[in-house]
Amino acid sequence: MTAGKYTVILLYATSHAIRAEKLLKQASIPPKMIPVPRHLSSSCGVCIRIARADREAAQQVLQQAGMEIEGLYDISPRAAGKPGRQA
Amino acid sequence: MIYFDNAATSWPKPPGVAEAMTRFLEQVGANPGRAAHRRAVESGRIVYGAREAVAELFNAPDPLRVVWGKNVTEALNLALCGLLRPGDHVVTSSTEHNSMMRPLRALEREGVEVTVVQCTPQGQLDPAGVAAAIRPNTRLVALNHASNVVGTLLPAAEVGAICRQRDVLLLVDAAQTGGAYPVDVQANQIDLLAFTGHKSLGGPMGTGGLIVGGRVDEAQLEPLMRGGTGSRSEHELQPDFMPDRYESGTPNVVGLAGLAVGVRWLLARGVDAIRAHEVALARALIAGLQAIPAVIVYGTLDAGLQTATVAFNVAGMAPSEAGLRLDDEYGIMCRVGLHCAPAAHKTIGTFPGGTVRFGLGAFNSMDEVEVALAAVRELAGEVQ
Ligand SMILES: Cc1ncc(COP(=O)(O)O)c(C=O)c1O
Repeated sequence: MTAGKYTVILLYATSHAIRAEKLLKQASIPPKMIPVPRHLSSSCGVCIRIARADREAAQQVLQQAGMEIEGLYDISPRAAGKPGRQA
Repeated sequence: MIYFDNAATSWPKPPGVAEAMTRFLEQVGANPGRAAHRRAVESGRIVYGAREAVAELFNAPDPLRVVWGKNVTEALNLALCGLLRPGDHVVTSSTEHNSMMRPLRALEREGVEVTVVQCTPQGQLDPAGVAAAIRPNTRLVALNHASNVVGTLLPAAEVGAICRQRDVLLLVDAAQTGGAYPVDVQANQIDLLAFTGHKSLGGPMGTGGLIVGGRVDEAQLEPLMRGGTGSRSEHELQPDFMPDRYESGTPNVVGLAGLAVGVRWLLARGVDAIRAHEVALARALIAGLQAIPAVIVYGTLDAGLQTATVAFNVAGMAPSEAGLRLDDEYGIMCRVGLHCAPAAHKTIGTFPGGTVRFGLGAFNSMDEVEVALAAVRELAGEVQ
């Protein structure tokens, strides 16, 4: 079961994250912009949290648009800031 | 009052531009890309929305290759100083603005070779002259798209084709054409497009940038400045990816909020429609000025070959005097003198005296052209 679980998508820059947010919304995958969990990276200030169930679909949407993904991480449902398993 | 100084900065701005800027200051206000709270993200969306609008206007395939700067001057400096190394050769024209010429002359002192291809006294450039100037060490052809002095359009598409054929990059200064004349980076094969927000794009001052095409290798294009980007904060080295490599420091989000609305207004109205309006005004203005015996009009005298920027002189009257009297006595605001482009004035034969320049824009009307013509007629009548 993946209900209530999250994946975060890290991109290289804020402008990339905003573009990814738009692309996901267009694909009906609800994104939430959250601070990058510190244990993952200090990459850019913001990353995208999606439902874990949307992980593959989201990855496909972004790759089809030619976007480089810095990382995809499944994280604990409690908070984006809690340590999670690296994908 | 008649505002004929659009070639310097457009006024008024399209509806909604000021409101978008006020809305940002009053309701958003946060720094984009430095935090992830809702208003920081909203600020980031505004910056990205402006990238998309500009990319659409210039038909650039990737909004993330739109690099913001404060104006076209900064964009030209980034392209020229970032790309050219001692021993490289660059080809330019004799109608460039000092924003192009001064960085080039400074680079020349550091060992970059500069060839200036002479334009005709009407400001026209023969693409064959550019082709003939290209050498084995030519890295870049750098041209304005239209002269800010006489409005003459340069053959960007023809030069673009030559550059592809000869494996040279093309940098275009679209300060005078962006928003007033169609500029298509793909169709015209422009590798680096420098634009400014405060002229025909309808945005505020302090906005502009450089569109970096896919043929430009970022590793070969050094940033002008380095600093905080909000990305890669653990590293003390500048990020190597677009657009952060070239965008250090907090951007002008309030300005970009306005610019996005200005460009969206242009897109809704259509650059072709704006161009048709401006051609009609320029045609009437040129014909009216030519009909005044004491007036000398410069350029091609064909509105179809230029922007709606018209240069002229009243024989026997200094441009400075004409400008002062047009403002004081007739409420007509224009710009006189050398317009930051001594090379262009030398080309058309008006150096060092300069000219009077009427820079018409999307919001000017035929009535204003007629009022201005009547004013010039009166001034010219006095010196007969
Ligand atoms: C052809 C051209 N290049 C460069 C500039 C400089 O523009 P900005 O002051 O926006 O950098 C201008 C306008 O002043 C111009 O017309």
